[in-house]
Amino acid sequence: MRSGAKCTIDALKDAGVKTLFGLPGGTVLDLFDELARAPLEFFLVRHEQGATHMADGYARATGKPGCCIVTSGPGATNAVTGLATANMDGIPVVCIAGQVPSHMIGNDAFQEADTVGITRAVTKHNYLVKNADDLPRIIAEAFEIATTGRPGPVLVDIPKDVQRQMTSATFSGKPERRGYKPVYEGNSKQIAKLAAAINASRKPVILAGAGVIAASASAELTTLARKAKIPVTTTLLGLGGFPDTDPLALRMPGMHGSVAANRAISNCDLLISVGARFDDRVTGKVSEFAPNAMIAHIDIDPSAIAKSVRVDIPVIGHAKSILKELIPQIVTQARKEWLTQVHDWQKEAPFTYDAKEPRILAQYAIEQIYEVTKGDAIITTDVGQHQMWAAHFFKYTQPRSFISSGGLGTMGFGLPAAIGAKAGCRDRNVIAISGDGSIQMNFQELVVAVEHDLPIVVVIMNNGYLGMVRQWQEMFYKKEYSAVRLDQNLRARNEKIQNKPPGYLPDFVKMAEAHGAAGLRVTEKREVAPALRKALAMKRPVVIECITKPDDNVYPMVPPGASLSEMVQGLA
Amino acid sequence: MSNNTSIRRHTITALVDNEPGVLARVVGLISGRGYNIESLNVGPTQDPTISRMTMQVPGDDRVLEQVTKQLNRQVDVISVTDLTRESFLNRECILVKIAATRKNRSEIIELADVFGGKVVSAQNDSMVIQLVGEQQHVADFMELVKPFRILDVSRSGVIAMGKE
Ligand SMILES: Cc1ncc(C[n+]2csc(CCOP(=O)(O)OP(=O)(O)O)c2C)c(N)n1
Ligand SMILES: [Mg+2]
Repeated sequence: MRSGAKCTIDALKDAGVKTLFGLPGGTVLDLFDELARAPLEFFLVRHEQGATHMADGYARATGKPGCCIVTSGPGATNAVTGLATANMDGIPVVCIAGQVPSHMIGNDAFQEADTVGITRAVTKHNYLVKNADDLPRIIAEAFEIATTGRPGPVLVDIPKDVQRQMTSATFSGKPERRGYKPVYEGNSKQIAKLAAAINASRKPVILAGAGVIAASASAELTTLARKAKIPVTTTLLGLGGFPDTDPLALRMPGMHGSVAANRAISNCDLLISVGARFDDRVTGKVSEFAPNAMIAHIDIDPSAIAKSVRVDIPVIGHAKSILKELIPQIVTQARKEWLTQVHDWQKEAPFTYDAKEPRILAQYAIEQIYEVTKGDAIITTDVGQHQMWAAHFFKYTQPRSFISSGGLGTMGFGLPAAIGAKAGCRDRNVIAISGDGSIQMNFQELVVAVEHDLPIVVVIMNNGYLGMVRQWQEMFYKKEYSAVRLDQNLRARNEKIQNKPPGYLPDFVKMAEAHGAAGLRVTEKREVAPALRKALAMKRPVVIECITKPDDNVYPMVPPGASLSEMVQGLA
Repeated sequence: MSNNTSIRRHTITALVDNEPGVLARVVGLISGRGYNIESLNVGPTQDPTISRMTMQVPGDDRVLEQVTKQLNRQVDVISVTDLTRESFLNRECILVKIAATRKNRSEIIELADVFGGKVVSAQNDSMVIQLVGEQQHVADFMELVKPFRILDVSRSGVIAMGKE
């Protein structure tokens, strides 16, 4: 006989969990009591959102499910943003939550929240465990569901009395659910149809998304693209799925996509999505998306097919196995004319910035990160302009090397995700590229990196603004800058702070130091690369604050609601 | 895809695990998109671990196709069919309480008779009629009893089954 708590921790071990992120509380005391004796590395976070993002970052970096544990009520509600983030991007996370004792559920008990109710819409699946006998099966199922099909977060809510209940139940083998049968093998007829379309196409483009990463299909994708000479555009979440350095790489499509990618999509005669779900930030105006193209869509999630764009050749299944079956049916081609056209676009308008600008531009700093690391790093980001620039000015050549909240766009993701990534990949350089707004949302988690000797580097692009919002106000709200100034010196009118505090507010260097990390501030371009080298050599967590030009914009930009052919380009 | 936007009432039936939370999940998915479930019926099937849900949702064909796919994606949903696409049987059961006077009592009974309804309870000043039938049949009946004073109505929600 074991307690429900012991059962749970044993089941985590059986599922291969070696790293766990979380924070205790009244309803998980029994679980934490067991944890104290478990052969797991436990990361004590300082806010439960941090735990979910760490588990998420761990999963994105390693390909293994991330796992976290939170208490009932506020612990669970704090985890919601992280679950929603993982859910949008299809990241395998298992979250164990404590719940008030069964007999108190529904009585507004202390620290009670309807956790399964609250998280239903932001998880792939969730459970309220009623009986400890079910625990071994439910935990095994949770990992199975989180990691198969389109992966996603699963929450298991365990009331305190269930954790204390004694049970002799065990579970072994593969969990089976009659309502859950993800399709892996693609339909051969559809694959043949797709092969024929590729062979007949004069101007094909591949749109590679997160599915390529999730399915570990980048080798197959690269083989296909090179064999059939198909240019590849990678979505934000697909970055690294196809090497940015390949001549066929069009880089990112969509709202802040490259000119080459958006032109290729607008002019192609065949668009092949491999695990990209046609997010609205990618398609722009749907009715004018790839107007002349036949559209093929490989996706493991049937509900992704034809969700936003018409699809002529759907192929449901796992990207890797489908591409493997497809490749032998593809005829080797040169496609001179189309590639010449595409290369002209690439040359005409690569991602660029004003190299003569004397102040530090985030674009420049990110390029320096690329140079100093020689491209060998895991980059995590927060959300905003710096995120787009991190996609533009670092070249990703390996899957799982770019980690960013794409679907939900969660500010505060980058630092905890970097900690999770580093926890899973100790031998990699892990660099969080953040903004002065985003970093303040989960700064407290820096302590966790210090405690666990995780030498991550956090580079804050401090432009004094909620920059991306400022850009929208500049472009679409007649420069009415409302509530976007973070730097006190930029404040105006009703936002004016009367007694302007001296210096930086907050002082990120002091904050880093107060959290036990090193802090460096760079204000000159020439300081950027040395600071990065120094930080990487320090072998401890370091925060580098780059004071950047305040009011730069991300270009190109497709205005919201416009078609991909209506790109606004910045300065030449 | 935007050319296919005909709005009509969809009859969706789903086989789901007979477990708590499933109903909330299914209803949440539909109502979360701003769609109103006009009628909902849930009951066990020949397998007590499986329930059948039948829902009627008025809406755009394309959106409901998406809803159907999303429902199918749920772990505890075994299968989903939008019956609107095929020929199917539908039935609804209603109880209507009508204010009845000595004068109009026989008129109400006659009307119920014509529709195959049954008087299942009679009080001094009211009577309750039970009617089972196709949705349209029930709707026609309700239209005709409108002139009487309806005191209360309880409807089972539509149940449905594909013919094949
Ligand atoms: C939690 C959360 N709140 C609000 C937003 C809306 N938002 C998107 S970008 C952005 C500005 C981010 O500022 P910063 O981190 O400084 O990045 P920058 O754009 O300046 O590079 C905001 C507020 C968001 N994405 N996430
Ligand atoms: Mg900023």
